[in-house]
Amino acid sequence: MAFVKLTKSKKNIQFREKVIELAGNAVIKCYQCGECSGGCPEAGAMDLLPNQVMHKIQLGDESVLHANTFWICSTCLVCSTRCPKGIDIAKVMEALREIVLRSKQSYLTLDSLEEDDLKEIPQIAFVSSFKKQTQ
Amino acid sequence: MTEKIAYYPGCTAKSYAKYMDSTARIVMKELGIELVELDRWNCCGTVYGLADDNLYSQLAPIRNMIRTLENGFDEVVTICSMCYNTLARANDLFKSDKEKADRLNAFMYKEPDYEGNVTVLHLLDLLVKRVKFQAVKEKVTNPLKGLKIAPYYGCTLLRPREISIDENIEHPSILSELIFALGGEPVEDPYMTECCGSYLTVKDKHLVADRTNKIVGSMQKRSADIIMVSCPLCQFNLDRRQKEVKALNPAFHKVPIVYFTQLMALAMGVDYKKLGFQDHYVDPVPILKKRGLIREKKKVAAKIAK
Repeated sequence: MAFVKLTKSKKNIQFREKVIELAGNAVIKCYQCGECSGGCPEAGAMDLLPNQVMHKIQLGDESVLHANTFWICSTCLVCSTRCPKGIDIAKVMEALREIVLRSKQSYLTLDSLEEDDLKEIPQIAFVSSFKKQTQ
Repeated sequence: MTEKIAYYPGCTAKSYAKYMDSTARIVMKELGIELVELDRWNCCGTVYGLADDNLYSQLAPIRNMIRTLENGFDEVVTICSMCYNTLARANDLFKSDKEKADRLNAFMYKEPDYEGNVTVLHLLDLLVKRVKFQAVKEKVTNPLKGLKIAPYYGCTLLRPREISIDENIEHPSILSELIFALGGEPVEDPYMTECCGSYLTVKDKHLVADRTNKIVGSMQKRSADIIMVSCPLCQFNLDRRQKEVKALNPAFHKVPIVYFTQLMALAMGVDYKKLGFQDHYVDPVPILKKRGLIREKKKVAAKIAK
């Protein structure tokens, strides 16, 4: 049986503080009701559900940055509008994206795009995905 | 008398969704409102920047507020849902956070200071609050009788609550009211407020195809003839991704995806050839003909004459 160790390690606290700096201190209010994951249209494709992401952040667990959750989040804001504790979860997802992107890692790379897609997809999609998924 | 209002089209309304722009201008003119396109408008940024420490993404939308004032207006209307969301949210942030507002003004030191005195409206807002659907109804000459229209709101018209165009963000009714005014039959579906996948269409298009399958499939099962949207990206995803859906789900039946302004123009008697249906992946013309909303009298007459 695995236990979660509630640590006072500096690294964990630093990570949590960084998320709070970008997304506000409401993250500490999450009490794991799961409303965000229940409403998320992409939850089925996520390796960690939004509420699990919230918990890992509360613990300061940086491994959350390896989850695909915040890349698959399309900021539809269902979670944020339904959260009973008033947490803007979409904003927390943005914070995680920003932390990764600011360390010079992109989720989307330009050379991965197919020529047909470049011709067909409207610029509104490119501008948004570049803003959210590239460094 | 024609009322004038500042109009922010946005990039996609000038390219991929140019018929959303042109039909909006036609129907608003018919309703006595001239959409005056802003001089020197710039991209709104397409998505609202959520990180607290990043003010860069608020510059582009706020510059458009300054352009609006320069053009002599204190309100600006837009038609693209994503532009509406980004402009309205940046404007709200500016009004509510003095410190950030000051920093934005200081950064744009060559621009006149903005004081947060512009109102951002979506075209649907304007129709509901000022024009009223009754006035729309009075202009209808080709009622969309018998056409089952599924309204699709997507995300950016409704969320967050502060900028929602409908009081009820979980079960909005504005588009259904518009459909009634046009003489059509609304088909409300639980998926009408669920995200289409938005910009994931670039990197993870299989996820968007899956969303399209669920959303369009559900509306089709409720016997919707056509789906009505107000966002060019929703239109693209729900329309073009039906190509991928067919491979995913062979039992899937295609449904055309149209802008609300295209249906308004059709109901107001505009020639369907001016509505841009040729640009759609799923052609709306066959179902509109089947419901008797498009009649090609001249062609038939010409054929008989031959």
